[in-house]
Amino acid sequence: MIPLSWYLILAAVLFSVGMFGAISRKNAVAVLISIELMLNAVNINILAFWHYHSQSLGYTEINGLVFAAVVIIAAAAEVAIGLAIIIAVYRLRKTVVASDINVLKG
Amino acid sequence: MTRMIDIYSILPVMIVAGWALLLLVVDLWIPRHRKGITALLAAIGLAIALGFVLASSGNTILGFNQMVVLDGFSSFMQVLFLVSGMVAVALAYDYIQRMNINHGEFYVLMMFSIAGMMLMSQAYNLLMVFLALELLSIPLYVLTGFARTRLESEEASLKYFLLGAFASGFVLYGTALIFSATGQLDFVGIAAVVTAGSANSVLFLIGAALLLVGFGFKIAAVPFQMWTPDVYQGAPTPVTAFMSVAVKAAGFAALMRVFLVLFPSLSEHLTPILWVMAALTMIVGNIVALAQNNIKRMLAYSAIAHAGYILMAFVAFGNGEVVGNTVAATLFYLVAYGLTSFGAWALVIVIEREYGKGILLDDLAGIGKHYPWLGVAMLVFMLSFAGVPLTMGFWGKFYLFRTAVQAGYIGLAIIGLLTSVASAYYYLRVVVYMFMKPGEPKLQINPWVSLVIGVAALAVLLLSLIPWTILELASRAVLLLQ
Repeated sequence: MIPLSWYLILAAVLFSVGMFGAISRKNAVAVLISIELMLNAVNINILAFWHYHSQSLGYTEINGLVFAAVVIIAAAAEVAIGLAIIIAVYRLRKTVVASDINVLKG
Repeated sequence: MTRMIDIYSILPVMIVAGWALLLLVVDLWIPRHRKGITALLAAIGLAIALGFVLASSGNTILGFNQMVVLDGFSSFMQVLFLVSGMVAVALAYDYIQRMNINHGEFYVLMMFSIAGMMLMSQAYNLLMVFLALELLSIPLYVLTGFARTRLESEEASLKYFLLGAFASGFVLYGTALIFSATGQLDFVGIAAVVTAGSANSVLFLIGAALLLVGFGFKIAAVPFQMWTPDVYQGAPTPVTAFMSVAVKAAGFAALMRVFLVLFPSLSEHLTPILWVMAALTMIVGNIVALAQNNIKRMLAYSAIAHAGYILMAFVAFGNGEVVGNTVAATLFYLVAYGLTSFGAWALVIVIEREYGKGILLDDLAGIGKHYPWLGVAMLVFMLSFAGVPLTMGFWGKFYLFRTAVQAGYIGLAIIGLLTSVASAYYYLRVVVYMFMKPGEPKLQINPWVSLVIGVAALAVLLLSLIPWTILELASRAVLLLQ
């Protein structure tokens, strides 16, 4: 039996890796991948705790499971929109490197 | 088992979302040059929903196993969202024709976003908060990039999307940690666990802080404001107007609902953070706005500063004695700011010749002479933004400052007053350019846009004579909040 804290540490580390990637990467697709990593870290955290709470309650609650499913669906919708935006930018500018796309400043 | 009362509690949201889905199909049969029909249908849908909101206001219902709540607070916010939606449709109708982005999806996406905001004001479960946040944000990413042949628009969209998705990651992690700490997702359950004292306080606090970060992005509070100027500048102007009013209001709706119901016990930890955030937001927003000569950017920084004023009153969220005033003052301010903001953005729409062109301060020269009523209307909006008496903006600021002083945050109120004085410089500079610089502006003024400007200007002036009526409505919304 793997203790709960391991899952939480894994989730926190994954979230931090994703956050670091989202801040440091210049390529928009890489930023998107990093953000997905953050969302999946959250899912690990939720499911681990859902399991833990269900065990300590003695019966299965559905809330954590539903939440994880909703997160996956919302993340998929976000990726669909995000990739569409990235493609639209690419068509105009022929690059997806965020730091090269800088007409707006001041 | 779904009861009728559950359906009744979210009927307006269902009408807006369902109407948008139908409109998406109907729009296929509307020819390209008659997209005004789509705009009209969208406005009718919003008006019907508004009717249902007004008819069901005054009730308090917990629907769908406490997933959503219908109360005075949600009704007040929903009226605000629906009216902003209708104003945005009126502003967009002429604009998207002129900018050659005349697609019917514009109105449909706006309706989806409004449905998300309405759900946000009703959410009584962290899952619903997240879902509503996504439902309001995702159509907005698309709307921001709606002018898909313009690089400004696409860049703004990309920036908004990446930072928005990043922020929703924080909201999610915060939600997960609160779930970890309490084992519950719905507000009633979480509040019960917290009151019983069996929540893990460390995880709970970190979760609350992460939620604050996520909502901070949505309301554009410093230090999470960096996307705002770029997105406001690059997006089509009616979308910017809609964002600066409705999205900000939705962010504050979520912030108030979540913090007032779940986190009063954490107020001693969160109050210093909020204090610093409010002070920074007011200072940065107002100081940076001084240096802008693009009107869209200037109004963007001004929007950041106004979020700071609201946060100033919100710092007292854990103080049970003044929290009612906080909510009433915030709701009042959102109305006052919304009226002023829509008027000012409508004027930007009038002077914007081409996409993103003609919106520098120099382009305002001569408007006061050649179009005197436009000049006077802009004068009213700028005075209201600056908080000069006899405008709604004055009363909004008055109630916010009063709440801050009541709660004992005199230092914060002084920072607010000083930055407010500084803001008069850049607001009045707009008026100086309009009335005192010579110029020969040639404007095409659409009747719908002038209607928005006229009504907003009159409302800002006339409602300031009877501000207590709106404050009373806002106070009644408070009573049913918790």
